[in-house]
Amino acid sequence: MARVAIHGLEVVYEGVEQRIEALGGVDLELGDGEPVAVIGPSGCGKSTLLVALAGLVAPTRGEVEIDERPVTGTRLHTALILQDFGLFPWKTAYHNAALGLEIRGLPSAERARRTAEALERVDLADFAGSYPGELSGGMRQRIAVARVLALDADLLLMDEPLSALDALTRESLQGLLLELWRQRGFTSLLVTHSIEEAVFLGRRVVVLSPRPGTVHAIVDNPGMGEPAYRSSEFFYEKCAELRGVLVAEGAFAERRAGP
Amino acid sequence: MSGGRRVGGYAVAVVILLAGWALLAWLIDSPALPGPFAAFGDFFSALGEGLVEAFAVSAARVFVAIGLALLFAVPLGLMVGRSPRADAVFAPLVFLTYPIPKIVFLPVLLVLLGTGEVSKVVLIAIIVFFQILVTARDAAKSIPEASVLSVRSLGAGAAQVYRNVVVPASLPAVFTALRIAAGTAVAVLFISETVAGTSGLGFYIMDAWGRIDYGDMFAGIIAMGLLGILLYEVIEFAEGRLCRWTRVGGRTVG
Repeated sequence: MARVAIHGLEVVYEGVEQRIEALGGVDLELGDGEPVAVIGPSGCGKSTLLVALAGLVAPTRGEVEIDERPVTGTRLHTALILQDFGLFPWKTAYHNAALGLEIRGLPSAERARRTAEALERVDLADFAGSYPGELSGGMRQRIAVARVLALDADLLLMDEPLSALDALTRESLQGLLLELWRQRGFTSLLVTHSIEEAVFLGRRVVVLSPRPGTVHAIVDNPGMGEPAYRSSEFFYEKCAELRGVLVAEGAFAERRAGP
Repeated sequence: MSGGRRVGGYAVAVVILLAGWALLAWLIDSPALPGPFAAFGDFFSALGEGLVEAFAVSAARVFVAIGLALLFAVPLGLMVGRSPRADAVFAPLVFLTYPIPKIVFLPVLLVLLGTGEVSKVVLIAIIVFFQILVTARDAAKSIPEASVLSVRSLGAGAAQVYRNVVVPASLPAVFTALRIAAGTAVAVLFISETVAGTSGLGFYIMDAWGRIDYGDMFAGIIAMGLLGILLYEVIEFAEGRLCRWTRVGGRTVG
């Protein structure tokens, strides 16, 4: 399994015309199998945190360690789910789900078995031959989930994976993610804009400050983990608490002022 | 679209075209524009008298030229589109040379490469090359970085990024450019065959015109039209095979 340790992580993008300080010294630890949600104002470097953990962006300063090993490139059991661009319209559901295994060069029999299992798990076995363009938004995101399941990942990084979905589909996929986490016990880091989603899926909710992002506050959420949590009083209290932290931070005012 | 409806659509289109042609021929009433029945009569009798050979020569020229253009333009265009450094050098070069009508180099090519096959094939290939190059570059350039990140996060190296993302993402645009280029290619073929050489449909048509044999001339024109249709259908077939996802559902996914 995967323990994550982030120490003083700074990421600066040096563009041709501009220099963007995305992260300004993030310290954060994720225990083995711990689900953590990250929330913060727009452009606080949330996505950068994920791509740095995935080994796609090198830290400008500081370091990221997974299981006490510094991250220097992509890691076999880390999976990244992006909001829109994770699926390829030119690949069928099967090939989208199998992509990670194909790239990692698994033998085809093993690949077929694991992919079929994963599609079965997200109720898409009958749609293996369909292209994403033929499927609904929720089904497409389930293909992305199937890809992660097929990979047998122990660290799941999600960048607003459900934000493009309608409210009902979104809740059912949140339920699916919770169920999979309970079954598989992977460590997960979920970046989201939704307070409810953060409280439903994060045992701790990390609030980032505006760019350059740093950890502004961490809200403990020990009640998380049951599907019924969503309709409990504690859930609403926790959402209110988190909203209070965001208001105090000025996350809402920031949006009104605009860039 | 089902096969039956496709054939039906073609049949209706053919009837409309033939009726328009017949009407025009009747109105103009000149031997230079025979009606469809007379023209197709001449076409079928010309088949045994060298028209098939002329068609084969022209078809070979245009297919080889387009194949060569694709072979060079697609990899180069994709690479330039993906590499900002290569693009910085290539983009100005392409933008300066693209608007120059390459057909004006026909006399130069005739002098350098002779009046045989090579000069014609090279001329068509150059023209198609530029059209595909510009499109392939733009298509590769517009691929969202997140798509690339997504496969890289799975451990893909450069070759796998090309195979899984860059090539399939650019193919539909390349096919669109190829369709447009195909029309240009046949036009350039005609011009190059009329200017030099004694073979191919261009020569066949202009030779008949010189002999004031309008029936034969029209047989050649019909054959040229069929060559265009054949080219289009081959492209259509290849696109259906290589870009299957564009033929299902109406929506696109990022």
